[in-house]
Amino acid sequence: METDNNAMSEVMIRIEGLSKTFRTKDAEVEALKDINLDIHAGEIYGIIGMSGAGKSTLVRCLNYLERPTKGNVYVEGKNLADMDERELRSTRKRIGMIFQHFNLLMQRSVLGNVLFPLEIGKVPGEQAKKKAMELLGLVGLSDKAGVYPAQLSGGQMQRVAIARALAADPKILLCDEATSALDPATTKSILELLSRINKELGITIVIITHSMSVVEEVCTHVAIIDGGVLAETGEVKEVFAHPRTDAAKRLFMESGAHEGLVTELKGKHCIRIVFTKNSSFEPVIANMVLSVGTPVNILLADTKDIGGIAHGQMVLQLPEDEEKAQAMVEYLKTRKLDVEELTDYVQ
Amino acid sequence: MFSEKIISMLFENTLITLYMTVASTLIAYVIGLPMGILLVLSAKDGLRPNAVLYKALDVIVNLLRSIPFLILLVLVIPLTRAIVGKSYGPTATIVPLTIAAAPFIARLVESSLREVDPGVVEAAKSMGADNFNIVTKVLIPEARTALITDATVALVTILGYSAMAGTVGGGGLGDIAIQYGYYRYQTDIMFATVILLVLLVQILQWAGMRLARALDRRVRS
Repeated sequence: METDNNAMSEVMIRIEGLSKTFRTKDAEVEALKDINLDIHAGEIYGIIGMSGAGKSTLVRCLNYLERPTKGNVYVEGKNLADMDERELRSTRKRIGMIFQHFNLLMQRSVLGNVLFPLEIGKVPGEQAKKKAMELLGLVGLSDKAGVYPAQLSGGQMQRVAIARALAADPKILLCDEATSALDPATTKSILELLSRINKELGITIVIITHSMSVVEEVCTHVAIIDGGVLAETGEVKEVFAHPRTDAAKRLFMESGAHEGLVTELKGKHCIRIVFTKNSSFEPVIANMVLSVGTPVNILLADTKDIGGIAHGQMVLQLPEDEEKAQAMVEYLKTRKLDVEELTDYVQ
Repeated sequence: MFSEKIISMLFENTLITLYMTVASTLIAYVIGLPMGILLVLSAKDGLRPNAVLYKALDVIVNLLRSIPFLILLVLVIPLTRAIVGKSYGPTATIVPLTIAAAPFIARLVESSLREVDPGVVEAAKSMGADNFNIVTKVLIPEARTALITDATVALVTILGYSAMAGTVGGGGLGDIAIQYGYYRYQTDIMFATVILLVLLVQILQWAGMRLARALDRRVRS
């Protein structure tokens, strides 16, 4: 499933035929079914799915906090299944992890939290302290070293958690819904920090999320997980522009707000436009309406300006007049937009 | 009101009560704390599930806790004699007090350690911590406030038991209350011991709560 262009770089994590079944008193729940995925060094890999899709279980299989029922996980070429507890613990030190609820030690200071993995790794006191202060500098919290987590905001707590996860010099950072408890502005700053860590420290990052905007914002690659199965994988811009599966389409167009309106409209011809390279300053839709001379209905719009380029998507309901509709599609294509016909968007 | 002799006797027996209480609490912790930790570790959702060990500890704790203290006091006399050499007096009382307190403490420790956020334990595991690290660096420090509160509850409960032990010659304030108040109808001395006991409880409770709060870092200062 992986494209050839990154076959050159080293595979950091290989997931092979992974299944996980949970046994409850009277039933078996298959949380993950035959997952196969390669994550290469330097990637920021987003694993996205609706809640209950099995993504949190999957990320816990990557450091064996959960043991897979079937299949293997290789980290830097080594099979976790072959390791005893001691080897597993030393491998975990090379895999940092951050969580939705930060999971800081509340009775330890900020510095104490960052020191924790260094104490476990038996790094001598002075050296550990120096390292911890460096990391607090990296996440922008040098002045909070002596403060206790209860006195910090959510964003600051997640920064401490990131510093702590980096203390043992991991090669991989797993993020389990790391921004789900944060407001949009804080989410953005945490994602920027993760992106910086990826670039500056060369750490491979796996991001588990239910939010498409998180994937768009930082991820290079994405895997869509739906009902315990990997529905689609690939580069973010590729999957976003040409989603092949229903699961992907559902995720990209997740928005409950428009549903009530849809039934009132007559035309059934809808299209989805993906913005990836157009200037934010070009009023594409307005120009299209002016050039064809008929209004359209915007059913969904989720675009933002990233560095002067429009990113995101829109769903348009085209006029009933097929000729005019076709003219609009043509116009959009001349503007180099990805246009996708939607057959069942309006019922 | 009281003669100097009686006052010094009350004072002396206050110290004896404190001696019995503190000594048996300490010894009971030496037994109860590891028991509580083992209960948490061996539980089904624990770090090292072990159904046999858990069940065994669970039964022992329940069994000892269901015996009324006065009966336990008499029941363990042979053991007390074997350890201390006699079955009466403050030092001898420490034996039944410890046996009664240890399972009680084990339960208190167990429930306090269970209160620690499982997410924090998971985070520690993800950093490669072993179970020893998790117990010493996560569970106990994170449960510190609850554990200190537990110790206060344990001290106060054992103080009460020690007074009970006084009725069968255990020494301390309970002994005085029985001897003077009950057998000799010197109600004023009995009241004095009661007041002293109430004061001791108040002081222990106050000090324990203060310490717990002072050491709790979750409170915004």
